[in-house]
Amino acid sequence: MSIGSSPSGQVRRGGYLVGIAVVAALAVAGLAAFLVNINERKQEARNPVVRVVEITDETTDPAVWGKNFPVEYDLYKKTVDQVRTKYGGSEALPHEPTQADPRRTVSQSKIEEDPRLKTMWAGYAFAKDFREERGHAYMLDDQTYTERQVVVKQPGTCMHCHGSVYVPYKKLGNGDLTKGFEMMNQMSYSEARKIVEHPVSCIDCHDPKTMALRVTRPGFLEGIKALKASQGVQDYDPNVSATRQEMRAFVCGQCHVEYYFKGPEKRLVYPWAKGLKVDDMLAYYDEVGFKDWVHKETGAPVLKAQHPEFEMWSQGVHARSGVSCADCHMPYMRVGGQKVSDHQVRSPVLNLNRACQQCHRWPETELKARIEQIQDRFFSLRNQAMDALVALIVDLKAAREAGKSDKELETARYLQRRAQFMLDFVEAENSTGFHAPQEATRILGESINFSRQGQLALLNPSFKPTVPVVAIATAPAAPPPGASPAAPAAQAPAKN
Amino acid sequence: MSSPPLIAGFPAIAAALLIGTAAGVGGYTFLYAKGDSYLTDDPRACANCHVMQTHYDGWSRGPHHAVATCNDCHTPSNPAAKYFVKALNGYSHSTAFTSGNYPDVIRIKDRSRRIVEGQCRHCHEDMVAAMGGEGVDCTSCHASVGHLE
Repeated sequence: MSIGSSPSGQVRRGGYLVGIAVVAALAVAGLAAFLVNINERKQEARNPVVRVVEITDETTDPAVWGKNFPVEYDLYKKTVDQVRTKYGGSEALPHEPTQADPRRTVSQSKIEEDPRLKTMWAGYAFAKDFREERGHAYMLDDQTYTERQVVVKQPGTCMHCHGSVYVPYKKLGNGDLTKGFEMMNQMSYSEARKIVEHPVSCIDCHDPKTMALRVTRPGFLEGIKALKASQGVQDYDPNVSATRQEMRAFVCGQCHVEYYFKGPEKRLVYPWAKGLKVDDMLAYYDEVGFKDWVHKETGAPVLKAQHPEFEMWSQGVHARSGVSCADCHMPYMRVGGQKVSDHQVRSPVLNLNRACQQCHRWPETELKARIEQIQDRFFSLRNQAMDALVALIVDLKAAREAGKSDKELETARYLQRRAQFMLDFVEAENSTGFHAPQEATRILGESINFSRQGQLALLNPSFKPTVPVVAIATAPAAPPPGASPAAPAAQAPAKN
Repeated sequence: MSSPPLIAGFPAIAAALLIGTAAGVGGYTFLYAKGDSYLTDDPRACANCHVMQTHYDGWSRGPHHAVATCNDCHTPSNPAAKYFVKALNGYSHSTAFTSGNYPDVIRIKDRSRRIVEGQCRHCHEDMVAAMGGEGVDCTSCHASVGHLE
């Protein structure tokens, strides 16, 4: 009898075979999993698009678009995320829901973080409530419930940028977009709010049939037409003449701009008829004699600047090099095998690999350090400009209370108008200087200069400032301090 | 003396079946994934994985497409080193591509960057010998010669 066929030998051989069987089974299972994975990757490379629903020029609801474009829709919804960066992003703070304001979270108050802002905006709604901007998902709610709606009866014009108004405008105007725009401008905000359902939606930037980018906002269409006319190009229509790469900035420029409300009809106008630089806009406002409000403490006819990202970007080296908003704020990303634009519009600092490293092939730590260096420098100068402006306001207020006449205060008040608009311009702009660092610091430098010149003008009546003083009417005359203050609604028409 | 049974016991059959299955599935996977192509220098093999498609396209329109394949720049010329690096890179690429765990904008590893730098100098030795050129990569300035997207 051989050993192999002895009872103990057979048990041992049986044990080895079971062991081999188990190992082989695991190997087969692992190989099968690997094979399936390879098949999945090959499938990803095929990238089919399935049209589940029909999308028309009336489809406002992004969830409906999301049925055909689930990846982009999922990314779009992620704009609810609130993450802070060193100078940007936003903080999600708990908020006790009330009848007037049912929001459960809000972002941090900027006027509490820096009370100098309240001095800058004294007498204007922004001094009452101003919070850090947060993701696109919040734009409609944050505008609806801000206290700036409580202290001033805001017009429906505000809705142009904070809601999906393309379809509401067309419905109001019976198919005429501009007519609908004009009608909504003259409604009150609360009336306009009733016919707008969504924050910015797919239809506001995309053609529903071809998905091509298109401009839907009359404010931008009229603004860019005026700008191009000043450059010698008549009747410019971006939907006809803009390149695809220009459109990747224009669709954002529909809203991320400086603006004002013109006349009793509260028409939304972008002040670009003389150019996109802050000096061009000041020249425009001086020429039309526009002011946003009369400063409560100094009596100066001052301007409010709002989020001029498009204008600032246009002055920087990225714009010069053909880099558009979408390249950094909606960079291409891979989802499976698909290449899609990242519709979670947010700070590129949170997405350095995709937003920056395609062109700037350096380690993320180095890129982040460079970004922070630019922003640190801007912020330091911004603080100096704030102090200079506040110093001027304090001096102007004192001079006014000492009984100086409007004629004597005219130069200092005009310099406050300039200094304040320039500071507000880069302060309201959301890149902390990054979009155009050199231009941003130039603007701050000039603002500081104008603030200090204002102080000099108060000390020395024969002081000649470096710019000609433009007389801006401030009728009705601001009441002297001590008299009962005029109710906010009686002031010059305020924007939000 | 009885001869061993012609039909083996159940464990032996199971083991044999499973080993055979493993070999079969393994062989099929190898062919399905075009494993044999990785032994060659054909650039199309590198684009088996869709993530490489844009790099392949960039190379095929770039200035080196007629004189250098992927391996000519990304693996050393020495045959032994070449196949070692192919194996090492192959392992890295397989794990990354299988798991999906890699950045959208692919960043070259230091060891691979050094190999590429060495290969630039290997072909262009005559030109760079006089430069010295320590401390700076050829591709810092000549970024478009390979596969700019």
